[in-house]
Amino acid sequence: MWSYERRLQYPVKITKPNPKMAQLIMSQFGGPDGELAASMRYLSQRYSMPYKEVAGLLTDIGTEELAHMEIISAIVFQLTKNLSLEEIKTGGFDAYYIDHTTALWPQAAGGIPFNTCFFQSKGDVLTDLHEDLAAEQKARTTYDNILRLITDPEIVDPIKFLREREVVHYQRFGEAMVRVQERLDSKNFYAMNLEIDKLMANK
Amino acid sequence: MSDNKCNTMKNLLEVSFALDDLRLFLDTHPYEKEAISCYQIYKDQRNKVLEDYEQNFGPILSYNVNDENQWIWIETPWPWEGEV
Repeated sequence: MWSYERRLQYPVKITKPNPKMAQLIMSQFGGPDGELAASMRYLSQRYSMPYKEVAGLLTDIGTEELAHMEIISAIVFQLTKNLSLEEIKTGGFDAYYIDHTTALWPQAAGGIPFNTCFFQSKGDVLTDLHEDLAAEQKARTTYDNILRLITDPEIVDPIKFLREREVVHYQRFGEAMVRVQERLDSKNFYAMNLEIDKLMANK
Repeated sequence: MSDNKCNTMKNLLEVSFALDDLRLFLDTHPYEKEAISCYQIYKDQRNKVLEDYEQNFGPILSYNVNDENQWIWIETPWPWEGEV
Protein backbone atom coordinates (compact mmCIF):
# COMPACT_ATOMS: atom_id res chain seq x y z
CA MET A 1 0.00 0.00 0.00
CA TRP A 2 1.01 3.63 -0.18
CA SER A 3 0.69 6.30 2.44
CA TYR A 4 0.79 10.01 1.76
CA GLU A 5 3.38 12.34 3.27
CA ARG A 6 2.23 15.94 3.52
CA ARG A 7 5.30 17.34 1.75
CA LEU A 8 6.82 17.50 -1.71
CA GLN A 9 10.00 15.54 -2.40
CA TYR A 10 11.50 18.84 -3.58
CA PRO A 11 9.99 22.27 -2.82
CA VAL A 12 8.03 24.25 -5.44
CA LYS A 13 7.39 27.95 -4.89
CA ILE A 14 6.51 29.89 -8.04
CA THR A 15 5.33 33.47 -7.66
CA LYS A 16 4.89 34.51 -11.33
CA PRO A 17 2.02 32.80 -13.20
CA ASN A 18 2.80 31.72 -16.75
CA PRO A 19 0.03 29.75 -18.51
CA LYS A 20 2.13 29.13 -21.63
CA MET A 21 4.88 27.45 -19.59
CA ALA A 22 2.28 25.51 -17.62
CA GLN A 23 0.96 24.00 -20.82
CA LEU A 24 4.44 22.90 -21.89
CA ILE A 25 5.53 21.54 -18.50
CA MET A 26 2.21 19.67 -18.18
CA SER A 27 3.67 17.18 -20.66
CA GLN A 28 5.76 15.76 -17.83
CA PHE A 29 2.52 15.02 -15.97
CA GLY A 30 0.46 13.36 -18.73
CA GLY A 31 2.66 13.30 -21.83
CA PRO A 32 4.35 10.35 -23.60
CA ASP A 33 7.51 10.48 -21.47
CA GLY A 34 6.00 11.99 -18.35
CA GLU A 35 5.97 11.01 -14.69
CA LEU A 36 2.53 9.37 -14.69
CA ALA A 37 3.55 7.03 -17.51
CA ALA A 38 6.85 6.31 -15.74
CA SER A 39 5.17 5.45 -12.45
CA MET A 40 2.55 3.21 -14.08
CA ARG A 41 5.22 1.51 -16.21
CA TYR A 42 7.40 0.49 -13.26
CA LEU A 43 4.59 -0.33 -10.87
CA SER A 44 2.93 -2.53 -13.51
CA GLN A 45 6.13 -4.32 -14.52
CA ARG A 46 7.16 -5.35 -11.01
CA TYR A 47 4.63 -8.19 -10.59
CA SER A 48 6.14 -10.40 -13.28
CA MET A 49 9.77 -9.44 -12.51
CA PRO A 50 11.61 -12.67 -11.60
CA TYR A 51 14.48 -11.05 -9.64
CA LYS A 52 13.80 -9.66 -6.17
CA GLU A 53 16.22 -6.73 -6.37
CA VAL A 54 14.75 -5.56 -9.69
CA ALA A 55 11.19 -5.92 -8.33
CA GLY A 56 12.36 -3.77 -5.40
CA LEU A 57 13.91 -1.20 -7.71
CA LEU A 58 10.71 -1.00 -9.80
CA THR A 59 8.69 -0.52 -6.63
CA ASP A 60 10.95 2.21 -5.24
CA ILE A 61 11.49 4.11 -8.52
CA GLY A 62 7.78 3.74 -9.36
CA THR A 63 6.98 5.28 -5.99
CA GLU A 64 9.44 8.13 -6.51
CA GLU A 65 7.82 8.88 -9.89
CA LEU A 66 4.51 9.44 -8.08
CA ALA A 67 6.33 12.08 -6.01
CA HIS A 68 7.63 13.60 -9.26
CA MET A 69 4.13 13.65 -10.73
CA GLU A 70 3.13 15.64 -7.66
CA ILE A 71 6.04 18.10 -8.16
CA ILE A 72 5.07 18.67 -11.83
CA SER A 73 1.43 19.08 -10.86
CA ALA A 74 2.42 21.62 -8.20
CA ILE A 75 4.44 23.57 -10.79
CA VAL A 76 1.50 23.60 -13.25
CA PHE A 77 -0.95 24.52 -10.47
CA GLN A 78 1.17 27.44 -9.28
CA LEU A 79 1.81 28.66 -12.84
CA THR A 80 -1.95 28.87 -13.49
CA LYS A 81 -3.12 30.21 -10.13
CA ASN A 82 -5.43 33.27 -10.16
CA LEU A 83 -5.23 33.80 -13.93
CA SER A 84 -7.44 36.50 -15.41
CA LEU A 85 -9.49 35.68 -18.53
CA GLU A 86 -7.19 38.07 -20.39
CA GLU A 87 -4.09 36.11 -19.30
CA ILE A 88 -5.80 32.85 -20.27
CA LYS A 89 -6.50 34.23 -23.76
CA THR A 90 -3.12 35.88 -24.39
CA GLY A 91 -1.18 33.02 -22.79
CA GLY A 92 -2.59 30.46 -25.21
CA PHE A 93 -4.31 28.62 -22.37
CA ASP A 94 -7.83 29.16 -23.72
CA ALA A 95 -8.28 25.77 -25.41
CA TYR A 96 -7.24 23.94 -22.22
CA TYR A 97 -9.42 26.26 -20.15
CA ILE A 98 -12.53 25.31 -22.16
CA ASP A 99 -12.22 21.66 -21.12
CA HIS A 100 -10.64 21.89 -17.68
CA THR A 101 -10.83 25.51 -16.39
CA THR A 102 -7.48 25.54 -14.52
CA ALA A 103 -7.79 22.05 -13.03
CA LEU A 104 -5.03 19.48 -13.46
CA TRP A 105 -5.63 16.89 -16.18
CA PRO A 106 -2.96 14.62 -17.63
CA GLN A 107 -2.19 15.54 -21.23
CA ALA A 108 0.84 16.15 -23.44
CA ALA A 109 2.05 19.65 -24.36
CA GLY A 110 0.26 19.29 -27.70
CA GLY A 111 -3.07 18.49 -26.02
CA ILE A 112 -2.99 14.73 -26.58
CA PRO A 113 -4.64 13.00 -23.60
CA PHE A 114 -2.73 10.58 -21.39
CA ASN A 115 -2.70 7.14 -22.90
CA THR A 116 -1.44 3.83 -21.49
CA CYS A 117 0.07 3.06 -24.92
CA PHE A 118 2.82 5.51 -23.84
CA PHE A 119 4.37 2.64 -21.91
CA GLN A 120 4.81 -1.09 -22.06
CA SER A 121 4.68 -3.88 -19.51
CA LYS A 122 5.83 -6.92 -21.41
CA GLY A 123 6.56 -9.72 -18.94
CA ASP A 124 10.07 -10.28 -20.29
CA VAL A 125 12.85 -9.11 -17.99
CA LEU A 126 15.21 -7.81 -20.70
CA THR A 127 12.44 -6.23 -22.75
CA ASP A 128 11.08 -4.46 -19.68
CA LEU A 129 14.50 -3.19 -18.56
CA HIS A 130 15.28 -1.86 -22.05
CA GLU A 131 11.92 -0.09 -21.97
CA ASP A 132 12.81 1.43 -18.59
CA LEU A 133 16.29 2.59 -19.66
CA ALA A 134 14.80 4.20 -22.77
CA ALA A 135 12.05 5.82 -20.70
CA GLU A 136 14.54 7.49 -18.37
CA GLN A 137 16.49 8.90 -21.32
CA LYS A 138 13.34 10.15 -23.04
CA ALA A 139 12.25 11.89 -19.84
CA ARG A 140 15.72 13.41 -19.42
CA THR A 141 15.61 14.74 -23.00
CA THR A 142 12.17 16.24 -22.33
CA TYR A 143 13.52 18.03 -19.23
CA ASP A 144 16.47 19.28 -21.30
CA ASN A 145 13.99 20.65 -23.85
CA ILE A 146 12.01 22.36 -21.07
CA LEU A 147 15.19 23.84 -19.58
CA ARG A 148 16.09 25.41 -22.96
CA LEU A 149 12.77 27.25 -22.99
CA ILE A 150 12.41 28.50 -19.41
CA THR A 151 14.24 31.38 -17.78
CA ASP A 152 12.36 31.88 -14.49
CA PRO A 153 14.75 30.55 -11.78
CA GLU A 154 11.76 29.54 -9.64
CA ILE A 155 10.73 27.05 -12.36
CA VAL A 156 14.26 26.07 -13.38
CA ASP A 157 15.15 24.91 -9.86
CA PRO A 158 12.66 22.02 -9.42
CA ILE A 159 12.95 21.06 -13.12
CA LYS A 160 16.73 20.63 -12.73
CA PHE A 161 16.15 18.40 -9.72
CA LEU A 162 13.73 16.23 -11.72
CA ARG A 163 16.14 16.02 -14.66
CA GLU A 164 18.89 14.80 -12.37
CA ARG A 165 16.67 12.04 -10.99
CA GLU A 166 16.17 10.67 -14.52
CA VAL A 167 19.96 10.35 -14.80
CA VAL A 168 20.18 8.49 -11.47
CA HIS A 169 17.29 6.16 -12.37
CA TYR A 170 18.99 5.35 -15.68
CA GLN A 171 22.14 4.40 -13.77
CA ARG A 172 20.19 2.15 -11.37
CA PHE A 173 18.29 0.42 -14.19
CA GLY A 174 21.64 -0.07 -15.95
CA GLU A 175 22.98 -1.81 -12.84
CA ALA A 176 19.85 -3.97 -12.73
CA MET A 177 20.45 -4.92 -16.36
CA VAL A 178 24.02 -6.02 -15.52
CA ARG A 179 22.80 -8.14 -12.56
CA VAL A 180 20.18 -9.79 -14.76
CA GLN A 181 22.61 -10.51 -17.62
CA GLU A 182 25.11 -12.05 -15.19
CA ARG A 183 22.54 -14.77 -14.56
CA LEU A 184 21.68 -15.41 -18.21
CA ASP A 185 23.49 -17.32 -20.94
CA SER A 186 26.07 -14.81 -22.15
CA LYS A 187 26.15 -16.45 -25.59
CA ASN A 188 22.49 -15.54 -26.07
CA PHE A 189 20.68 -13.35 -23.55
CA TYR A 190 17.50 -13.82 -25.53
CA ALA A 191 17.47 -17.63 -25.60
CA MET A 192 14.41 -17.73 -23.35
CA ASN A 193 11.86 -15.63 -21.59
CA LEU A 194 12.36 -16.50 -17.92
CA GLU A 195 8.86 -15.44 -16.94
CA ILE A 196 7.07 -17.85 -19.24
CA ASP A 197 9.45 -20.55 -20.46
CA LYS A 198 10.18 -21.68 -16.91
CA LEU A 199 6.47 -22.12 -16.33
CA MET A 200 6.22 -24.13 -19.54
CA ALA A 201 9.17 -26.33 -18.49
CA ASN A 202 7.47 -27.18 -15.19
CA LYS A 203 4.24 -28.30 -16.88
CA MET B 1 5.54 30.45 7.04
CA SER B 2 7.88 31.04 9.99
CA ASP B 3 11.62 30.69 9.53
CA ASN B 4 11.71 27.86 12.02
CA LYS B 5 8.95 25.93 10.25
CA CYS B 6 10.68 26.56 6.92
CA ASN B 7 14.05 25.32 8.20
CA THR B 8 12.58 22.24 9.85
CA MET B 9 10.78 21.35 6.61
CA LYS B 10 13.99 21.92 4.64
CA ASN B 11 15.84 19.55 6.99
CA LEU B 12 13.09 16.98 6.61
CA LEU B 13 13.23 17.19 2.79
CA GLU B 14 17.01 16.90 2.75
CA VAL B 15 17.31 13.91 5.03
CA SER B 16 14.34 12.17 3.37
CA PHE B 17 15.94 12.68 -0.04
CA ALA B 18 19.22 11.19 1.17
CA LEU B 19 17.21 8.08 2.11
CA ASP B 20 15.30 8.07 -1.21
CA ASP B 21 18.55 8.08 -3.16
CA LEU B 22 20.30 5.53 -0.93
CA ARG B 23 17.29 3.20 -1.12
CA LEU B 24 17.66 2.87 -4.89
CA PHE B 25 21.41 2.35 -4.57
CA LEU B 26 20.83 -0.40 -1.99
CA ASP B 27 18.32 -2.14 -4.27
CA THR B 28 21.13 -2.78 -6.75
CA HIS B 29 23.96 -2.97 -4.14
CA PRO B 30 22.31 -4.85 -1.23
CA TYR B 31 25.64 -5.88 0.36
CA GLU B 32 27.34 -2.46 0.50
CA LYS B 33 28.00 -2.10 4.22
CA GLU B 34 28.83 1.58 4.06
CA ALA B 35 25.55 2.40 2.32
CA ILE B 36 23.59 0.31 4.83
CA SER B 37 25.12 2.13 7.79
CA CYS B 38 24.50 5.48 6.05
CA TYR B 39 20.85 4.46 5.65
CA GLN B 40 20.63 3.80 9.37
CA ILE B 41 22.22 7.16 10.27
CA TYR B 42 19.86 9.13 8.00
CA LYS B 43 16.89 7.07 9.17
CA ASP B 44 17.57 8.06 12.80
CA GLN B 45 18.02 11.69 11.74
CA ARG B 46 14.76 11.63 9.78
CA ASN B 47 12.82 10.18 12.70
CA LYS B 48 14.07 13.01 14.92
CA VAL B 49 13.33 15.81 12.48
CA LEU B 50 9.95 14.29 11.54
CA GLU B 51 8.95 14.16 15.20
CA ASP B 52 10.18 17.72 15.68
CA TYR B 53 8.17 18.98 12.71
CA GLU B 54 4.99 17.12 13.60
CA GLN B 55 5.03 18.26 17.23
CA ASN B 56 5.45 21.90 16.27
CA PHE B 57 3.76 22.38 12.91
CA GLY B 58 1.25 19.59 12.30
CA PRO B 59 1.20 16.07 10.87
CA ILE B 60 3.23 14.91 7.87
CA LEU B 61 1.76 11.39 8.02
CA SER B 62 -1.91 10.86 8.78
CA TYR B 63 -0.87 7.90 10.96
CA ASN B 64 0.76 10.43 13.30
CA VAL B 65 -2.23 12.74 13.82
CA ASN B 66 -2.43 13.32 17.54
CA ASP B 67 -5.44 12.79 19.71
CA GLU B 68 -7.13 16.18 19.68
CA ASN B 69 -10.65 17.49 19.46
CA GLN B 70 -10.32 18.38 15.80
CA TRP B 71 -9.09 16.64 12.70
CA ILE B 72 -5.92 18.67 12.03
CA TRP B 73 -4.85 16.56 9.05
CA ILE B 74 -6.76 18.94 6.73
CA GLU B 75 -6.01 22.21 8.54
CA THR B 76 -2.57 23.33 7.31
CA PRO B 77 -1.90 24.25 3.63
CA TRP B 78 -1.37 21.33 1.25
CA PRO B 79 2.16 20.76 -0.08
CA TRP B 80 1.35 21.85 -3.66
CA GLU B 81 0.20 25.28 -2.51
CA GLY B 82 3.77 26.59 -2.32
CA GLU B 83 3.87 27.57 1.34
CA VAL B 84 7.32 26.09 1.97
